[in-house]
Amino acid sequence: MRHVYTWSAILVIVFASVVGDVLLSHAMKQVGDVGDLRRRVGLASMIARMLSNPNFLLAVASMAAAFFSLLFALSWGDVSLVAPAAASLTFIANAVAAKIFLHERVDRRRWIAASLVAAGVALLAG
Amino acid sequence: MVNSFEIQLQAGAAPFDFPVNFRKYLVLAGVTVFAVAGDSMLSHGMKQVGAVSIHHLQSVIFAVVNPWVAMGILLLLVFFATYTNALSWADLTYVMPATALGYVLLALVARFVLHEHIGPMRWIGIVLITSGVGFVAGGPALTEHPPTRSHTEADEPADGVQVMRTAPKAPLLAKNARNGAPGGAEV
Repeated sequence: MRHVYTWSAILVIVFASVVGDVLLSHAMKQVGDVGDLRRRVGLASMIARMLSNPNFLLAVASMAAAFFSLLFALSWGDVSLVAPAAASLTFIANAVAAKIFLHERVDRRRWIAASLVAAGVALLAG
Repeated sequence: MVNSFEIQLQAGAAPFDFPVNFRKYLVLAGVTVFAVAGDSMLSHGMKQVGAVSIHHLQSVIFAVVNPWVAMGILLLLVFFATYTNALSWADLTYVMPATALGYVLLALVARFVLHEHIGPMRWIGIVLITSGVGFVAGGPALTEHPPTRSHTEADEPADGVQVMRTAPKAPLLAKNARNGAPGGAEV
């Protein structure tokens, strides 16, 4: 039963992180380069612009959900399973989601990188 | 094809210095360091707090009174700021591996500061992550979508997205034409 809880928690964390990452990336592309923006309109307007972007707010909500499910899972789950499993699955899922939803050009270079990183994280944290 | 190439070329020549400059590497380093520091403190704090029962989910909220957890959250907020900054000028698939470098950093701190033993599997993990990051860092930071370069959602032309889908090689060609060198001229 504990096993089921742990893997459910991992899936929830991965799903929430990917939704959060994709929405945040999309929102920030809509907002624009914050370095340029701050120089042009000032810090306050830049922050107002970010906060008024609905995708940004949804992203923050998803990331908060991911954060609390991780916090929850870490407190009772097997840390050496939860942390690396969630991290490596998020890498792969993010690459897939970035290609589908953000239309990023995930070329062979980036696929190899995402796979290497995911494998490395699993080995290192496992 | 020729038409879409011209559009890409124009968009690419817009006011952006695509080679990732020093300030941007600093932001990526921030993403790495703050993610690791925040996660470690959080993990340490949660071990002190102890198991949260599934019947008392709300008690996870009270974990924040633990100083390690509070400090961890603070650092993760700084991480969020740097991460948001990075995502405003780079692809998600470009920024992601930077966060992974944190695991390497963590292992190296464990080895050389805390003098912990690192087994062969973990060294292999370090090599894999580092080479993965190297792979991405050598490539372009941003997929050049003409519509996303505009600053308001309203003037995103739908046909701009079409250009990207029908001529996926065009951005690369445009980039090379500008840099005067094939591939990764910004390494």
